[in-house]
Amino acid sequence: MNRRMVLYMVGQMVKVEAALMVLPLLISVLYHNDCVYSFLISIAIALVFGFLLTIVFKPSNHIIYAKEGFVIVALSWLTLSLIGALPFTISGEIPNYIDAFFETVSGFTTTGASIVNDVEKLSRGILFWRSFTHWVGGMGVLVFIMAIIPTTTDRSMHILKAEVPGPMVGKLVPRLKDTAKILYLIYIAMTLLEFTLLLCGGMPWFDSAIHSFGTAGTGGFSLKNSSLAGYNPYLQWVITIFMLLFSLNFNLYYLLILRKFRSVFKSGEMWCFFGVYACAVVLVTANVYPLYHNASTALRQAAFQSASIISTTGFSTTDFNLWPGLSKAILLLLMFIGGCAGSTAGGLKSARIVLIVKIIKRELKRMLHPRSVENIRLEGKKVDNLTLNGVTTYFALYAVCFVLVFFVLSFEDFSIETNISATAACFNNIGPGLGAVGPASNYFAYSAISKIALSLAMLLGRLEIYPILISLTPSTWAKK
Amino acid sequence: MDIIVAGCGKIGNSIIANLIKEGHNITAIDNNAEQLSAVTNIYDVMGICGNGADLDILKEAGIDKSRLFVAVTGSDELNMLACYIARKLGARHTIARIRNPEYNDQSLGFIKNQLNLSISINPEALTARELFNILKFPSAIKVENFGRRSFEMVEILLKSNSHLDNVQISELNNKYNSKVLVCAVERNGQTYIPDGNFVMQSGDRVGIVAKPDEMQKFFKPLGLFKKQARNVMILGGSRIAYYLAKFLIEDGCSVKIIEKDREVCHNLCDVLPKADIINGDGTASELLLEEGVNSVDAFVSLTGIDETNVLMSLYASSIGVPKVITKINRPELAKIAANLGLESIISPQNITSNIFVRYARAVENSLGSKVETLYKIMNDNAEVLEFNVSEDFKQVNIPLKELSFKSNIIVAGIIRGRKTIIPNGDDVILDGDKVIVCATDHRLRDLSDIIK
Repeated sequence: MNRRMVLYMVGQMVKVEAALMVLPLLISVLYHNDCVYSFLISIAIALVFGFLLTIVFKPSNHIIYAKEGFVIVALSWLTLSLIGALPFTISGEIPNYIDAFFETVSGFTTTGASIVNDVEKLSRGILFWRSFTHWVGGMGVLVFIMAIIPTTTDRSMHILKAEVPGPMVGKLVPRLKDTAKILYLIYIAMTLLEFTLLLCGGMPWFDSAIHSFGTAGTGGFSLKNSSLAGYNPYLQWVITIFMLLFSLNFNLYYLLILRKFRSVFKSGEMWCFFGVYACAVVLVTANVYPLYHNASTALRQAAFQSASIISTTGFSTTDFNLWPGLSKAILLLLMFIGGCAGSTAGGLKSARIVLIVKIIKRELKRMLHPRSVENIRLEGKKVDNLTLNGVTTYFALYAVCFVLVFFVLSFEDFSIETNISATAACFNNIGPGLGAVGPASNYFAYSAISKIALSLAMLLGRLEIYPILISLTPSTWAKK
Repeated sequence: MDIIVAGCGKIGNSIIANLIKEGHNITAIDNNAEQLSAVTNIYDVMGICGNGADLDILKEAGIDKSRLFVAVTGSDELNMLACYIARKLGARHTIARIRNPEYNDQSLGFIKNQLNLSISINPEALTARELFNILKFPSAIKVENFGRRSFEMVEILLKSNSHLDNVQISELNNKYNSKVLVCAVERNGQTYIPDGNFVMQSGDRVGIVAKPDEMQKFFKPLGLFKKQARNVMILGGSRIAYYLAKFLIEDGCSVKIIEKDREVCHNLCDVLPKADIINGDGTASELLLEEGVNSVDAFVSLTGIDETNVLMSLYASSIGVPKVITKINRPELAKIAANLGLESIISPQNITSNIFVRYARAVENSLGSKVETLYKIMNDNAEVLEFNVSEDFKQVNIPLKELSFKSNIIVAGIIRGRKTIIPNGDDVILDGDKVIVCATDHRLRDLSDIIK
């Protein structure tokens, strides 16, 4: 393996993180917060570490293969979180480093699971950094690096493949760099649009920024203990719509720009996503109607919560822990489905669900007609067997990792509902679960080991298992 | 600039690799998903799986915005159709690979005209032409022509007892009373554009530019000049072998082709009545000896399998055939073969992709002094280009010594009408000239690029 290149790329990434931390630094200067020094120190540490890595490991050979791509992504995300946690600890606002690490991983992986008991006490700079990690992590840090840094290697495709979620990764235009740029431009434009709409609805600008970051990355960190419950219905609807928009495949927006409306309209994954969402909203609305005695409130709550969970954002307008069992079960199921491939959302992804349903259908048909031949198609294109194998393997791996994390959590003194929903909420990058980790409470009560396990689960979920798993395999590192 | 390449076979692959290095945006089309992903995994290109002549696929690839469309699938007919459709859909320039000999006669002009093709490419014929050039001048590793053969570029390897060992370049023309120019030297993997103080050593790979008759005059007293190979043995009856044999026979040489497949042998007999066609396994040394391999002037191995070509070339060298040429498709194998001591190695892909690189540069620079010819020499580490001087080249009529050139660039020749000039500091470039430039580490698009 080309270790120098791997470490060099990690170093580049740390430098970019140092640059990103300048933004919260400015915010804390603006608000005269005490956390100014914590950011200055963190930036200094990141710069020293970054330059050390890039100077010591300056590679002579820039070629990377699939293996290096996976390891670069996994190591980058880990380092990113380790360094991103520094401001929290140095400022003393989250004194325990493991807690801070959990919070940062939760930020970058756009999970939104928190260990902070009283969010409203945090200073503005720290709050900003916490939500900004959502925005950065949503589209992917390395994709960002590719968009701005001149091409370091011809084979960056391996990095994109490892970082962008979904069973198939397609380019929009021939050059990777241009693809990354287009994706980020769409991302920025949509974030700005949401920010403006929230401002128009009377939300203060700082709150608008925080919530726009949270929605864009489908993260879910808020700056209120009650999340979005205190804001007016207009703002809640705006956020509902944007949570759904950010969990669609970004390629669709590019097609819209190209005015290829027909291809957008024909997207099977999008319709499946909306179909599942619509069913969930109807069922939940009917189920929670008795609680609110008001059709519009019930619809708003159901629409918001379903969108928040299926988009894996994790904002809340109400404590859905108090909802009836059916609604909670529906929300738990939505956690697993997640958004569309190529979006900022987590979960299994609609594309995989569609493919798995089709594979099951084909297998059943094959049992009835052993000689039947059938090709599986998605978005009008034949899906090759390699991709299909990948989907089923991913499904199996997903189940195995899920069970392992759940087992680690089971040593704690919580109900099974809490543990399962905590695992699901972290693995699928949602945030709040049910029971003791519901929207009204948080993950603070878990022990350090469980927090590390959950952090790992978040990374596994965001990077879609393989990069982490491959980096943990000894043979990847063997000298050969 | 946006380029679409349909067909990701051997040739397609190498075209993509070279055009990517030139900095173009490339979309690759192939109907074989595996072959396509092999390309998209290595190069930064967009892949589309499908038929290159399919309207929807071409539209998806963005044909209306592309400047150049290249069709190099395995089928000539598909290439022609794809280019025709691409042109109708708005591709500014189209290039098709057309290699079937039946299309490559007088009908080619008609086809090109009707389909509006910019150029058609026949890699086999191009390779055969290059082989033929080398066989005419066997002391060289490589021979290239400029300006309708008014200039030649010859690449030679200095052996340990060479007369040119320890000769300073500025003394060269006085010592041998010749008019030649050393344009590039490769030593220990490093390529130099030498100045007059450079001293050649044995083991160097040297590129020399001169008029063809000057070249012969220069090489004769050196003992380096071997006579043209008149008696050539070719291993493998591929299309390249056919074209090479045709060129050689037209030039009055005797050709013997050894081919395993009886059917192929019969076909060759029909089209090459004057060649000796032997049906047999060319890897059997007994057969080669029987057919007189130890008395031929040159041995060219052109089978479809690289490894066979390498081994049989090594065998031919070992029994003392004066000139051995090896065709190798895979670039990594070419390096190994060079280490094993094979001198003349020919790769059809490289020859073809040079043409694409040249054409893409000319398209990009449609107004300035266009690239007329482009050759990569010294193991692809240096380029020799021929430019047409156009009006917007500002430095006309200024002595070369007063121009400040970028480093690692040399003006190796000027063609003015029927006159050819090996330039010195007092010569000037005039409007309408053709200028030959040799450069390393540059990608020259326009003649003005050579000036600082």
